[in-house]
Amino acid sequence: MLDNLSINQRAAILSLVMLIGGLLIWEAAIPAQKTAENLTEYEILMGLGQERAGVPPPSDVLAKAWEELSNPFYDAGPNDKGIGIQIGYSIYRVLSGYILAAMVAIPLGFLIGMSQIAYKAFNPFIQVLRPISPLAWMPLALFVIQDSEASAIFVIFICSIWPMLINTAFGVAGVRQDWVNVARTHELGSFRTAFTVILPAAAPTIITGMRISIGIAWLVIIAAEMLVGGTGIGYYVWNEWNNLDLTSVIFSILMIGVVGMLLDTAFSVLQRAVAYAE
Amino acid sequence: MSKPFLSIERLTQTYPDGKGGTMTVFENASFGIEKGEFVCILGHSGCGKSTIMNILAGLAEPTSGVVKMDGLEVSGPSLDRGVVFQNYSLLPWLSALKNVTFGIKARHPDWSRDKVEAHARDFLSKVGLDGDVVNRKPSQLSGGMRQRVSIARAFANHPKLLLLDEPFGALDALTRGTIQEELLKIWSGTEQTVFMITHDIDEAILLADRILLMTNGPYARVAESVEITIPRPRKRTEIVEHPNYYAIRNHLVQFLGHRSKELAGQQTDADDLRPETVRIDHTQQDSAGHNPDTPPLRAVNH
Repeated sequence: MLDNLSINQRAAILSLVMLIGGLLIWEAAIPAQKTAENLTEYEILMGLGQERAGVPPPSDVLAKAWEELSNPFYDAGPNDKGIGIQIGYSIYRVLSGYILAAMVAIPLGFLIGMSQIAYKAFNPFIQVLRPISPLAWMPLALFVIQDSEASAIFVIFICSIWPMLINTAFGVAGVRQDWVNVARTHELGSFRTAFTVILPAAAPTIITGMRISIGIAWLVIIAAEMLVGGTGIGYYVWNEWNNLDLTSVIFSILMIGVVGMLLDTAFSVLQRAVAYAE
Repeated sequence: MSKPFLSIERLTQTYPDGKGGTMTVFENASFGIEKGEFVCILGHSGCGKSTIMNILAGLAEPTSGVVKMDGLEVSGPSLDRGVVFQNYSLLPWLSALKNVTFGIKARHPDWSRDKVEAHARDFLSKVGLDGDVVNRKPSQLSGGMRQRVSIARAFANHPKLLLLDEPFGALDALTRGTIQEELLKIWSGTEQTVFMITHDIDEAILLADRILLMTNGPYARVAESVEITIPRPRKRTEIVEHPNYYAIRNHLVQFLGHRSKELAGQQTDADDLRPETVRIDHTQQDSAGHNPDTPPLRAVNH
């Protein structure tokens, strides 16, 4: 029967089997807590009769997800906002920092890619700044900017700039000389050459850099929000941990994954749009 | 005495040889091309044909010497000198049609979109590309079709000089034959001046008014200019019947086989003869043109 299905269908069935199997194992692995009447006197004296925090079973997480997702945008005070609002804050910060980074990285990458001198002059700075964990900038950012919101955006800016900068420079420098010669023999000016030949030729490499950057930005925003607090999905995770609400923690972990996947998918669509075969 | 339309004067190209010295590819190469002429240049690899081509296109600077077109010195690339590259050099993210309109828009920025597209379609159809094919990307076209697009792009711009750098080098023999005839067809309608590099003797005889022969490098030079005394319009199947055909062909084969090497040897020794390398040896065969006997070509050469 399986032989009649396409590879995609068979893979989907396998995924589903793994999901259900994993959830069942998880559900079964959570030890049932003893109810009060089954406790020994010693255990009662030790306070074990009270409900203990434990890793919740998947059924609880699903129930939580249903509850949260059916009303994602409620706002009941600083520490009780819907998941949609929290994710919205995070995406807003990621996109602000990311767009600022793109506005710097892509023109600068063009310059570095076009000019050997610029490449050699900028390279030492890039090599030193790039390996710095973006969160290491946080104290300095908080001190200089004096605003936690803007500091989080700055951290996103600084972490997403490098892959875009390096890929743009690499893509621009690697444009085939033949295509540049086509532009030259057609007497195109620098701007038209940049926009009609070099940009489309380097676009796949540039978009790849942008895709790496958005992935890193989404990783970093969680940690940044745990530090700066207030709003955002990262803060939400930390807040629920402080509440010892592990069901919410697991639910928000899953949401972080889903949003990250959607951001990546958007860029893979863009990547396919600019791809060309030689 | 009037100068030719295109005159190449004492062109020299040297490269560093990697050991601190220099390697001279060619030295004091001089020749001219008249307006409307189709000139092929033949020579072994390494004699600097492609370098000459790049200098004419303005993509490279010679070590010394000048190129003048219409009396003006050539510096840098220009729309007046169209180039068809061996590897087609189509922009792979544009369709065939867009690749041609890319060139026309550069040439005629003031034309309307419709006019540009109509012009592009006209030239694509001249090289046999009609209908839906023109909307394909280069990667979806065969090698022959890609080179047709490249030729259409170059002709559509009506450059004063068209440079063809081994345009059929990467094509199979059958496709090459078809495109050669298409090239002749499109050329005969335009009176375009063409300078073409080729490795293929038969191709050169079919297409050219005149064939320039280069000696081997280093110190290569343009040693001879062979006129092709076979009347146009030419067809591959018919020119082989012409009495001049095999005579010319034999001469070219002899040159490339032996004399390109012998002359190369002489040139390196005879440094003081450099001014005399301004030489275009006209190998006229008019008198023999209508003679059914094989013309005594070897005797004409010094």
